[in-house]
This record gives sequence, C-alpha cells and structure tokens, in this order.
Amino acid sequence: MGAGMSDRLTMQSIARLVPPGSRVLDLGCGDGAMLDYLQRERGCSGYGIEIADANVLACVKRGVNVIQLNLDEGLSMFDDASFDVVLQIDTLQHLRNAETMLLETARVGRTGIVAFPNFAHWPNRLSIARGRMPVTKRLPYQWYDTPNIRVGTYKDFEVLATKNRLSILDSYGLQEGREVRFLPNTRAGTAVFKFERG
Amino acid sequence: MSFAEPLALQSGASIRGYSLAYETYGTLNADKSNAVLICHALNASHHVAGVYAGQQNSEGWWDTMIGPGKPVDTDRFFVIGVNNLGSCFGSTGPMHPNPDTGKVYGADFPVVTVEDWVNAQARLLDGLGIQTLAAVMGGSLGGMQALSWTLQYPERVRHAVVVASAPNLTAENIAFNEVARRAIVTDPDFHGGHFYEQGVIPKRGLRIARMIGHITYLSDDVMNEKFGRELRPRILRAGSSGDGPPRDAKAPSGGSAVHDVTSVGAYLYTTQDIEFQIESYLRYQGDKFSEYFDANTYLLITRALDYFDPARHHDGILAKALAGATAKFLLVSFTTDWRFAPRRSREIVKALLDNRRDVSYAEIDAPHGHDAFLLEDARYLGVVRSYFDRIAAEAPSPSGSGPGWGPA
Repeated sequence: MGAGMSDRLTMQSIARLVPPGSRVLDLGCGDGAMLDYLQRERGCSGYGIEIADANVLACVKRGVNVIQLNLDEGLSMFDDASFDVVLQIDTLQHLRNAETMLLETARVGRTGIVAFPNFAHWPNRLSIARGRMPVTKRLPYQWYDTPNIRVGTYKDFEVLATKNRLSILDSYGLQEGREVRFLPNTRAGTAVFKFERG
Repeated sequence: MSFAEPLALQSGASIRGYSLAYETYGTLNADKSNAVLICHALNASHHVAGVYAGQQNSEGWWDTMIGPGKPVDTDRFFVIGVNNLGSCFGSTGPMHPNPDTGKVYGADFPVVTVEDWVNAQARLLDGLGIQTLAAVMGGSLGGMQALSWTLQYPERVRHAVVVASAPNLTAENIAFNEVARRAIVTDPDFHGGHFYEQGVIPKRGLRIARMIGHITYLSDDVMNEKFGRELRPRILRAGSSGDGPPRDAKAPSGGSAVHDVTSVGAYLYTTQDIEFQIESYLRYQGDKFSEYFDANTYLLITRALDYFDPARHHDGILAKALAGATAKFLLVSFTTDWRFAPRRSREIVKALLDNRRDVSYAEIDAPHGHDAFLLEDARYLGVVRSYFDRIAAEAPSPSGSGPGWGPA
C-alpha cells in the first residue's frame, strides 16, 4: 500500500513474525502479496480482507483467498480466536474505528501484528518544527487529501495497547527495510507491534 | 439424454423415463478434467451461450459470461448447460406425458427440489463420462444448485462459483413466490394445473407472476433511472393496454375543454390504461413471458427455491451443513440486489470460513439489483475470468488437450 511497505525487506521482516503454518487473516490485504508470500514461503493459509475492487481482483489473480468487506463494519463474520495471526499492515491508519478494529484484531486472532507509519519519525518531527505537515516517501500525501486519518506514533500505540490490556510480544521500528530496535520512535518510519490479549 | 431408470426424489416419489436437454461448448480434454457445469435459474435453459445459426436474438442466457475468450472460456473449458427436470425448454416437464399413465403430467408432475436436480445432473455427467467437474457455476437458483453440488457430490467438484445466491430463501422471498403462484393458480384458465387438455393457457396468472418477479429483480434506483415517472409516449397510447387503435393525442378523458398541456405531458386520467412507462414495461415483460413459459413449471421452480435449505437437517446451522464440502469457492453478490442480498452470500462465506475452506468473495457495487448477475460489469466479469484462469492453471496438465490450455 504505502510506498515504503512495498519494500520486500519490510514484508519479509513482518513475515518472520508469523509462525510457519499459521492460519492468517490479513486485514486490508492489498494485492495479496503478503499472503501469497506467507503461503509460499512459510506454509501459511488464510484469507485477505479488502474493500477495493482492483485489489480483490489482484488477489483472485494470485490465487489468494480474498473476502470483499468494509472493515469499518467490523469483523462480525469471524469468531473469537479463529485465526493464529491477524495482520493489519498499513491498514490501521485508514480506519475510522481504529481502536475497535484493534480490539477486533486481538479478539479474532490469537496474536495480532500491526504495522503503520510512525508519525514521530524524526523527518516528520522536523517538518512539524518547521510548521508544516510532513510529506515524505512514507507519508506521501498532503494534509488535505491523505487517507491516513489516524496518524499516530510508535509511543502512542504502546499507550493504546496498554489501555486496551493488550500484551506486546514484540515491537520494533522498520526503516528502509531494516529493523530498528534502538530509539524506534525517532529512528523508524514504520512501527511494528506483535501482541495478544492480556 | 434419456434416462429409463427411475430417479428417486426428495419427496419420496420417483420419476422414470425422463430426458434432459443439454448443450455443450468447447472440447472435453483427454483426462476429462476441464468440464464446467452451468446451472440455470428460474426461467432459463440449457442454452447458456452462443447463438443458433440463422436465429435472431438466440444468444444464450449467459452469453456475456461464457464463450470463446469470455470469462468462462470455452476455448479452455468444456462447458455443459442442462435444462432442469420440470422445466419447459426441452427436458421432461409437466407438459409431457407421464409414462405410467400415458397422460400429460400437468399438476401431477412430481415436486422436484434443488437436490433432485443435482442428482439428475450427476446422471447426465455419468452419461457424458465425466467424473469430476473443474467447476460448477450458477446464479440465483443456479447458485443454490452449485452449492448443493458441493454437498451432495463433494468428490466430484473442484470449484464452485456461486453468484447472487443464498443459503435459503427468507420469508419475504417465499412471499413473493407465493404471490406469483397464487396469480397462476387462481387464473380460471389454470384448471387445477390440467389446462393442456382444455386447450388454454393461464396467461393472466403468468403475466402477473412475471411482473412481480421483474419488480424484485431490479433495484429502486435502476427502475427510477430507466423509467422514473415517465409517461408512455402519447403516440403509442391506446384505448386499452396498447391493443386498440391510438386515441386522439389531444383528448383527455372527460371534461369539455381541451387544454394545451403538452409541456409536461398530460395524464390520461385513466385507472386501467397504461399511463406510466414502468407499467408498459411490466406488461410487455409479462406478455412475452406468458407466451413461452409453462405455468406448472413456474410453480415447480419457485417451490424448489422455497424448499432449498441445506442447513435444515443440521439444526439450522449452515456451517454444519457445509462441513462436507471440499470444493474451493468463489462467491459474488451485488450491493443493490435485495432479492438475494449480499448478507445472504456472506452467510455462505462465513459457513465456509468456519470450515476453513478456500473461499473468495466479491461484493460488486452494481446498480442493477438481482439482474446484475446476467449483465456486463467489468469488475464482475473480471473476477470470474481471473478465477477461471486460476482453475485452468491448476488443472492437472492434460496430454493432447485442445489449444489454449495451460498456465494462465
């Protein structure tokens, strides 16, 4: 979806968080590249959820199971703990009901993995310090046309997860496909969290 | 294809000495792995694609979907269209003689169900020497048959494509069917279903049945867009339902003075003549339908719709009913289809998810209501095309098959 996320290294890094053979639900699965990769490289199975017609078509073309749903309507179709892993890769920031969907992710998946643009990445801070909203490779939109309606930071997510009693199993930043474990809130454009219900 | 052996029906009755009309398109490959069965809905037939030589307007009912180079590509797949038992397009139906009595079945034609049709279709495949279908596909009632195939013959179906369908009918949906049936049954020309020997056809009932059907196949939006409140053009207006001679275009009924009201179009101030375009459309569709469709068939097919409910013997739980299905599924619904609404397709999707089956689901934002499944829509046709490309790609590689068969 976002420019940085198409990076193969980023995908591989997140895929490493998914145990081999997992049953996976990928919320906002885009063109199905991640699920395709998980199926081929890690023996996973599962489904993608997408709203965009073009992405649904792309998934069918790849042979990835895809279900066309609007995530703003929730995950009522899915039972508790019915998946080993629920992914939200570059999806959370597009959702009006982001907090609800985070809880839904933790309800439906035994573990959840969330990745989203970290607004506290230093170039963004610099831009704000100059008085302008950041427009970067990771956040390529102008403030008035961005689909990223829920911009937050690595630290913000920690607070939200704690508030909702999620236990964070692993978390780090991703920058240019490299994992950033030292000062990720400043040094990484992407925040990655793996969590479960506490 | 004729079948002498009796076919046991769900009702406990059986039927013998029947025949099924069918058409095939494309070439069955050497290992017989490229067969696709198309199941029809209420008023369609085995003629799913192509045209009959020298016959105008003889396109198959799913010609947008099926044919050479089309989403269901007959250059790659061997497509079979079959007319169901009890229908009126060539297969044995109520208008044919019962071999047990020598008399026309009429109302005595046994009640057939979706499951019975699938059993009959399976026998047809046996006759064609086809053990396994690459896919079974249908829309609406045809989708119910495709779904039922995966439950009755799971080992014989690799893929099921279920379009604009439902796991059963809702009360509202049964209600529409019942209105249609009552229209037919209460037509004085119906004669309890034995009208053939009277030399009449209950056309009035059939017309009304078709009119109500048509209303439910469209969406409010598309009906408004197509017809709105538009009046029937005056030049075409006639004294009585379009049958009589055109009336003076300027004369309203009653009153002494004739005003010039052409700017907005004058009402006829009539309660029985056609005033609005939508009335004209419905009457036309009803008339056309009553010319070719059999009244007993209408009763039988709508009843088959009503009865279909695979969850019924599984505590009403669809997931339990679908536990035996092993096929991979593609489901498609249309946002404005209120007769077979998307949420009904989602129920099937959920039941498949609960059973960890492979399923993809496209919810097409099309304006045309239930009719959308028969129309051209790039997103709809694109998804089906891609799905069939995958089927072709994964099929066991045949030796000596026709051209065009191979990885997509």
